[in-house]
Amino acid sequence: MSGPSDYQPSNPALQWIERRLPIIGLVHSSFVVYPTPRNLNYWWTFGAILSFMLGMQILTGVVLAMHYTPHADLAFKSVELIVRDVNYGWLLRNMHACGASMFFFAVYVHMLRGLYYGSYKEPREVLWILGVIIYLLMMATGFMGYVLPWGQMSFWGATVITNLFSAIPYFGESIVTLLWGGYSVGNPTLNRFFSLHYLLPFLIAGVVVLHVWALHVAGQNNPDGVEPKTEKDTVPFTPHATIKDMFGVSCFLLLYAWFIFYMPNYLGDADNYIPANPGVTPPHIVPEWYYLPFYAILRSIPNKLAGVVGMFGAIIILCFLPWLDSARTRSSKYRPLAKQFFWIFVAVCILLGYLGSQPPEGIYVIAGRVLTVCYFAYFLIVLPLLSRIETPRPVPNSISDAVLAKTGSRSTPMVSTAIVLALAASLFAGSIDSAKASEGSDQPPGNKWSFSGPFGKFDRGALQRGLKVYKEVCASCHGLSYIAFRNLAEPGGPGYSVAQAAAFASDYKVKDGPNDAGDMFERPGRPADYFPSPFPNEQAARAANGGAAPPDLSLITKARSYKRGFPWFIIDFFTQYQEQGPDYVSAVLQGFEDKAPEGVTIPEGSYYNKYFPGHAIKMPKPLSDGQVTYDDGSPTTVAQYAKDVTTFLMWTAEPHMEARKRLGFQVFVFLIIFAGLMYFTKKKVWAASH
Amino acid sequence: MTTASSADHPTRRDFLFVATGAAAAVGGAAALWPFISQMNPDASTIAAGAPIDVDLSPIAEGQDIKVFWRGKPIYISHRTKKQIDEARAVNVASLPDPQTDEARVKAGHEQWLVVIGICTHLGCIPIAHEGNYDGFFCPCHGSQYDSSGRIRQGPAPANLPVPPYQFVSDTKIQIG
Repeated sequence: MSGPSDYQPSNPALQWIERRLPIIGLVHSSFVVYPTPRNLNYWWTFGAILSFMLGMQILTGVVLAMHYTPHADLAFKSVELIVRDVNYGWLLRNMHACGASMFFFAVYVHMLRGLYYGSYKEPREVLWILGVIIYLLMMATGFMGYVLPWGQMSFWGATVITNLFSAIPYFGESIVTLLWGGYSVGNPTLNRFFSLHYLLPFLIAGVVVLHVWALHVAGQNNPDGVEPKTEKDTVPFTPHATIKDMFGVSCFLLLYAWFIFYMPNYLGDADNYIPANPGVTPPHIVPEWYYLPFYAILRSIPNKLAGVVGMFGAIIILCFLPWLDSARTRSSKYRPLAKQFFWIFVAVCILLGYLGSQPPEGIYVIAGRVLTVCYFAYFLIVLPLLSRIETPRPVPNSISDAVLAKTGSRSTPMVSTAIVLALAASLFAGSIDSAKASEGSDQPPGNKWSFSGPFGKFDRGALQRGLKVYKEVCASCHGLSYIAFRNLAEPGGPGYSVAQAAAFASDYKVKDGPNDAGDMFERPGRPADYFPSPFPNEQAARAANGGAAPPDLSLITKARSYKRGFPWFIIDFFTQYQEQGPDYVSAVLQGFEDKAPEGVTIPEGSYYNKYFPGHAIKMPKPLSDGQVTYDDGSPTTVAQYAKDVTTFLMWTAEPHMEARKRLGFQVFVFLIIFAGLMYFTKKKVWAASH
Repeated sequence: MTTASSADHPTRRDFLFVATGAAAAVGGAAALWPFISQMNPDASTIAAGAPIDVDLSPIAEGQDIKVFWRGKPIYISHRTKKQIDEARAVNVASLPDPQTDEARVKAGHEQWLVVIGICTHLGCIPIAHEGNYDGFFCPCHGSQYDSSGRIRQGPAPANLPVPPYQFVSDTKIQIG
């Protein structure tokens, strides 16, 4: 992108175009012959990974927008129907939702790499500032995207974040009303967020072009922080950097696919499987993991305006980094003190992230304040001071000198940083779980589920028995509004035939109309109908149940979770443990005790349950031994009923789980082979360059 | 790997390049599939395309009604004796899309014509009981269909299609 291209195509047609629009020459000089420092390590691959992720998010996002409905009444359902009915909708949604997390994970690595190796220093200041702008745009986009499914966390996250602007003196309230387009977060808010969520990625892509342009003018930085001097210091971009980046991307895809296929809800919040309810706030409102450090800074400052300023300041301060750190040596590799402070800074950020996920009380508040001071001190005190007092180690004369001087010991810091980053990532990931309500006390016992693990399948018998328990017991109060009768005959479900599903449907009376006379009427259910709710509307449900509307059970196993603190989330990540929801639901069904223990009082009209938060639940004990008859000889006990009906509810929450795991296995086999091929090809390419 | 480090083993390197490229191509093509497949009708749309029942008893002779099945308008005409005779008197060989009237209705139920009311020219909806042939007339580009829904004049190339249907009873049909 710098200077006129010397590219001369041999094909006359290409020559014709090149003389009129030198775009092929531009690509050629930017991505083919472009000289790349030959000492780049794999931290530099994250630039390519980020380009890939941006493309992926735009592609899957455009597709999801084809199926999504941006309306407050329909958004939640439309997302559920994408996952249930659209061909590969579950895959595309997982790709997009997990993709956001992967995008932020990659951008943090990319930013920390820039910080460590001094990539922001002269002459790359504009490049760095453009990067900060991209990051801000990403944060806005990610936030608005999280609002779109219109679940509880979406709605309340939107409320909290938009309320940040009310801290602005004099105009705050008016600005918040302006953002909402109403008296509160509502349909106009959702509409504009959808519009902007679609627009901003294209702005990001535009700034990325500027970012890459600036990069190609200044040239890439490198681990030794010395500018390339001779031809020996560089290799052509293609094939060297291209193949190395492709290998990096294929390794990254393994991590990405792990989440898509095996842990799709791991990074999300269970509360977002509850439709938005403006009348009830979740016990703790937490943002997605990638905003947690800034959320912690916001909460640490006991003043509304100062908190907001602190939070935005924590990001904006990055823009001034090139001038705050005036050290002559670029790379922390040759700065013994800066290196140590860098890792302390990383630890501060991770701990801030952890604190952001914790309830703001007690020691967490104090720790948050200390770490907030540390965060700003790194930029405002440590870096300016270090650039004056630190004596850096001698920097090599050239990149080729640095490459030749490398010894076997160089891999040690790489390994340690990799371990630190892996730990950091899992700490971030796990803090989502620990962000859950602290008011639940007893941790429900874990069950053995046939559907757990990478090859888990539903137990057909349990699904059919569970359906029977649902129909005979639960259905008198709870709806199942996202399940259609036809779903019973779909692969991966209870294994009914199409005729059986139709016969099952015809047992139900479904309200239809208006007919020719303008009246509503009842008719037998058809396969295309959804399970009808036992109550005509929510008011009727409330009236019949002492004021508490029984929740719809379609998503109950995904909408329930409980605290699984350190170190369980690390183990969960590797074992793909996703069973908090079903464990919880099964435990609640079995947790009823007639007499509350000594010293526990529960409100009038509620029942004591060992596992329910606060122990007071409005639902009376629904199951007792021998209540439902089983034809297949399974024991008719409460434990068996609870397990069967929970298995069934797990299927209603994700009818395509088996397809997800099966495709996941195929993808993994492919990716491992592909990454292996990439590795050997990369080795060949780089071997030839020595 | 000391001897295999450069271009003096072109076969192994070429194999790697080809294998990697082939794997990338296969993976890319496979990854493309969900993005294409999602455009097809989803499960709820397919389920909503189930057969529908239509009661014929309120339709008087000479009248016609329009019902919708799979998003398409279906004309159900209760034909008069005159219309049936006109439709059967035509020399089939002279038609642009030769088809007998008997082939387009159910035996024993000659008075009922059931056709998909979409002009075979460019997809407009013809008007029933219009035109020179006592059938259907498409105002968009002037196609004229007779009382059997066969194309007689104008740019349309084919007769109005007959949807799959059967008589459940004398006064009730199931379309689909």
